Amino acid sequence: MDAIFGSEIWKQLFVYSVTDPAHHIEVWAHVVRSLLRIGIGLGFILTIVPGLIWLERRLLSWMQGRLGPNRVGWQGLAQPIADGIKLFFKEDIIPTNVDRSLYILAPGVALAPVLMSVAVLPWNGSPDWGAVAPGLNIGILFLLAIASIEVYGVILAGWSSNNKYSLLGGLRASSQVISYELGMGLSIIAVLLMTGTLATQSIVGEQGIIGDPINIGNTAYTVYPHSLNSGFWHWHFLAFFPFGLVAAVVYLISMVAETNRARLALREADTEVEAGFHTEYSSMKFAMFFMGEYANMLIVSAIAITLFFGGWLAPWGALSQIPASAGAYLPAWLINTLNMAVIAPFWFGIKLFLLICFFIWLRATLPRLRYDMLMKFGWKGILPIGLVNVVLIALSMALQQSFGRLRGHLMAVAVGLGICFVLFVIKMATYRKRRLDTETTTISPIRREPAALPVPARRTREV
Amino acid sequence: MPPTSPGVTGEMILFIIFGAAAIATALVMVLQTNPVRSALFLVLNLFCVAVLYLLLNAWFLAAVQVLVYTGAIMVLFLFVIMLLNLGTPDREADRLRPQQPIAVLSGLVLALIIGGVVLSPLPNPSPTLRDDRLGTVEAIGRNLFDPAQPWLFPFEVTSILLLIAVIGSVVLAKRRL
Repeated sequence: MDAIFGSEIWKQLFVYSVTDPAHHIEVWAHVVRSLLRIGIGLGFILTIVPGLIWLERRLLSWMQGRLGPNRVGWQGLAQPIADGIKLFFKEDIIPTNVDRSLYILAPGVALAPVLMSVAVLPWNGSPDWGAVAPGLNIGILFLLAIASIEVYGVILAGWSSNNKYSLLGGLRASSQVISYELGMGLSIIAVLLMTGTLATQSIVGEQGIIGDPINIGNTAYTVYPHSLNSGFWHWHFLAFFPFGLVAAVVYLISMVAETNRARLALREADTEVEAGFHTEYSSMKFAMFFMGEYANMLIVSAIAITLFFGGWLAPWGALSQIPASAGAYLPAWLINTLNMAVIAPFWFGIKLFLLICFFIWLRATLPRLRYDMLMKFGWKGILPIGLVNVVLIALSMALQQSFGRLRGHLMAVAVGLGICFVLFVIKMATYRKRRLDTETTTISPIRREPAALPVPARRTREV
Repeated sequence: MPPTSPGVTGEMILFIIFGAAAIATALVMVLQTNPVRSALFLVLNLFCVAVLYLLLNAWFLAAVQVLVYTGAIMVLFLFVIMLLNLGTPDREADRLRPQQPIAVLSGLVLALIIGGVVLSPLPNPSPTLRDDRLGTVEAIGRNLFDPAQPWLFPFEVTSILLLIAVIGSVVLAKRRL
């Protein structure tokens, strides 16, 4: 045993930390470590996606009073594998008039960015093993950049299929994604204001420190040891009290639209545009789109958890790690490993599961929005709310510095309530005017001269 | 080259690969006649340039390059091309043909300027980009908004310019105000 654990190779790979200046990590060790981390990240996503498809089908069935797939394997668990095998062996049809190279490229372009965004999502707090790229200092910007290129797969598929319905579905999906990206970006900016850092590890770490929920962000480039006295009341959805919650809700709505999921999914509105941009795709190419969609669901949920719901932190700080008293029975390296490899990913997984169930619940219960309603909601609802929210958080920070924490924050909240009140009054006034208009209009015939047939009536305003 | 040249480094290999890719995609983009493919090669080119920014430790610039140019502007380009359903343009009926000599001339001028810059000697000592904190968002923000630096005013003026553009497009797009 000692020949392995005491050897230099083992230490280079697993013992030395990148934050420790005493030990130099060789280039080859960096490469092997990176490959291992990529393996962990991709392995997680690719193994969890079939399970997610099974979960969605069973849970959706349960909510709708059906059984769902329950024949293949225990409780139908092997159903996604059977579907995968089926899709793999199906005939791969390429229609004659498609733009061949782009048609073949599109599914890969749709799937690759989704898998790339795993890189900055932390599953524990270690600077060495916490994420695929734990030290990346532009973490959130990287996520936004990747999210903005996810549209290309959809656009390319819609255009290259040489089919009206595909093109319409592709354009719808991409304009929807672009519109809701703005709301998403604004809620992310709210978090950036609170933390003052772009690195995802620090954003999670910042939610685990002692302090009030109303905290002023000036914390760049520090990874905090998480505190035992912290808990869910320090997570960002409760920070700056109503504002953090508004940002979280804006993010959750945009995230459903961003993934093109059912209820905000118009690319697959069957009665309108057939199956949308992937109408012409079959076999493994279709499977890649399908996988991309489910993987994207996982990714955006993981981002939501990282930003607003404390990442890998436990709801009560004491549950985040093995109690210190266990040090009497267990060796330190075992406690560390358990903390990093079991407990932190466990909490992350629990939150991921709950958020995914929320997704499925939305799909099972809500009706679909019409396309123009969806766009109006994105541009006239989500975007202004997110924008005002960011301004209010900044205002709260400025006022807190001048008037003390609680008083400054309450003043910002008062400003927010004032804005809501003014908007409410304006909205009520327009409603009243419209009602007045309706009451004072009379039905008058369309033509004054006598007609042989009774003419259809229309409503005009009486002057 | 200084005597302590490190030889072939990983950065140099990446630079050669992505620099060559950037030039190749730019050429294909210009020579391609299909507008959609041309736009897609421009996307690839922008990616390669983003990687070159990363090699210079300009993290923020690389991310913003992908976010703004490939993610927003090029998507709009593609939208317009697809909605107008542009085919391969007809060479004979090209109304821009008289512009060609002017284009060649201005290209030559640009080449002369770039050549002059490339051939001119580097300032001594040459600026170092070894500090990997230099291109982070925090460093850029601190420099940009530092009153001691001259960049705050141009930055604000640029933002007003963008605001004017936004308002102008809204005014143009709205049928009645």
